[in-house]
Amino acid sequence: MSDPRQTFARAATALLDEDPSVALVYAEISGQFFADAERSHPDRVINVGIREQLLVNVGAGLALTGMRPIVHTFGSFLVERAFEQIKLGFSHQDVGGVLVGSGGSFDAASAGRTHQAPGDVALIDTLPGWTVHVPGHATEVEDALRLAVAGSGRDYVRVVSQQNTEAFPVRPGRFHVLRRGAGPTVVAVGPVLDAVVAATGGLDATVLYASTVRPFDGRGLREVLSGPEVVLVEPYLAGTSSRVVSDALVDVPHRLLALGVGAEELRRYGTPRQHVAAHGLDAAGIRASLEVFLGQSTRLARERSSART
Amino acid sequence: MTTTTTAGRTRPGYDDLPRLMWLMTGDEKHTAAATSTLDVIWVLYDRVLRVAPEPGWLPDRDRFLLSKGHGPMAYYAVLAAHGFLPEEWLAGWGRFDSPLGYHPDRNLVPGVEISSGSLGHGLPIAVGTALGLRAQGLDARTVVLVGDAELDEGSNHEAIELAGALALDRLTVVVIDNRSSTWNRPGLIEGRFSHEGWEVVTVDGRDHDALERALHSSTGRPTAVVAEVEEKS
Repeated sequence: MSDPRQTFARAATALLDEDPSVALVYAEISGQFFADAERSHPDRVINVGIREQLLVNVGAGLALTGMRPIVHTFGSFLVERAFEQIKLGFSHQDVGGVLVGSGGSFDAASAGRTHQAPGDVALIDTLPGWTVHVPGHATEVEDALRLAVAGSGRDYVRVVSQQNTEAFPVRPGRFHVLRRGAGPTVVAVGPVLDAVVAATGGLDATVLYASTVRPFDGRGLREVLSGPEVVLVEPYLAGTSSRVVSDALVDVPHRLLALGVGAEELRRYGTPRQHVAAHGLDAAGIRASLEVFLGQSTRLARERSSART
Repeated sequence: MTTTTTAGRTRPGYDDLPRLMWLMTGDEKHTAAATSTLDVIWVLYDRVLRVAPEPGWLPDRDRFLLSKGHGPMAYYAVLAAHGFLPEEWLAGWGRFDSPLGYHPDRNLVPGVEISSGSLGHGLPIAVGTALGLRAQGLDARTVVLVGDAELDEGSNHEAIELAGALALDRLTVVVIDNRSSTWNRPGLIEGRFSHEGWEVVTVDGRDHDALERALHSSTGRPTAVVAEVEEKS
């Protein structure tokens, strides 16, 4: 399987070759992958150095002249450090651009909290109209980037090392229905899919897959809903999409379990896999949370029926 | 004084600016001398920038970015004088149904290149703009106006360093220096720019001819024009 970050760099390089309106702005990070692109397009590949506020606003300035900027560094510095630049440089100016943040919640597990950005999607989500791609496979990284660059809107592409075994077509606004069942509906976002599939084995569940989480396919969720139980599994801050599920199901009685990265700081190093497990996002953790949640449903149903008799 | 345009129409001149600003503020104190940015913005639009209202709004137009978005009365007055927006808009400024806010919005006001107000964004955006124009082979200038206190925002220094390193010779920064920065000291602004390889010119921010000369200076390096005006004006 290809490495998602290298796939991003290759795809960005190809896009620079193909389209003279594309520019790449980066801040040292991933520079090891961009030497060829920099040689071929010295005017359109700009390393601003370790200057993230400048990184984002240079992207905005390029967009103001009609170019399509790809703006890249670690998600922690891109979205969290330079958030006001995203808000004002892109949203308030009302210009388009493609932000690509790597590292996600815990690619840099051993580097500690400074390099981890589980809150990136929640922050972007405070701004309307952004398309948020959470690819779960290197192929989806390339497809999402190509789709984003071909458009004219504001896109955030979250590139992380964790991958699923299978890639799905990238189609913003429409989730993939992987399984239909009479029980809970589980929405797996990006790289958590394999764990969700394993965790729901033997359960009569519906499983949806989203590699693009904004726009959120609320209509698709409503269409497949067969019971009141909805489960979100997201690879970033738990509950990030609770609000949009609530909006989609405002007139539908439902219960929501929102799994994701805990807000509490873990203060552990180690590997991404260990962080996945620590946040209960491996198959065993998701299964355990599901059983508690569904057990509550059974108990609630029993209480309701005994109250009637 | 009014100026006759090539279309034979008369348009307001410099002497009309107090009247236009009075439409916004109703305050006679907002004369030229009380508004730090007024002469610089007037000279830019009257003598320097290649810009025109629609349909002259072209990809290779010069870009003027008002980074110091506070107190944009002078900016609106000059835009009105040059026909970018109708004079009738001025009286309603700041109201719910007015396109003219206390900080300008490029999506609401014709001729406004960036929405500004939060300090420290215009110069970094201007660096991106200058790079975008250069990458597209467009021979247009980017001029950004900042305040001396605004330069305290660290984001500016990221931009000053990169613009110097890349020798963005079509980029000009005008610093309105009314010594409103809390820790200001003589030579601080000039030093910040010249240390990063910029051409620095300090002029009287009320002297139109001196401003024009400084704004036309071309050295193969980015230029900072420090326009000195009355303290805290």
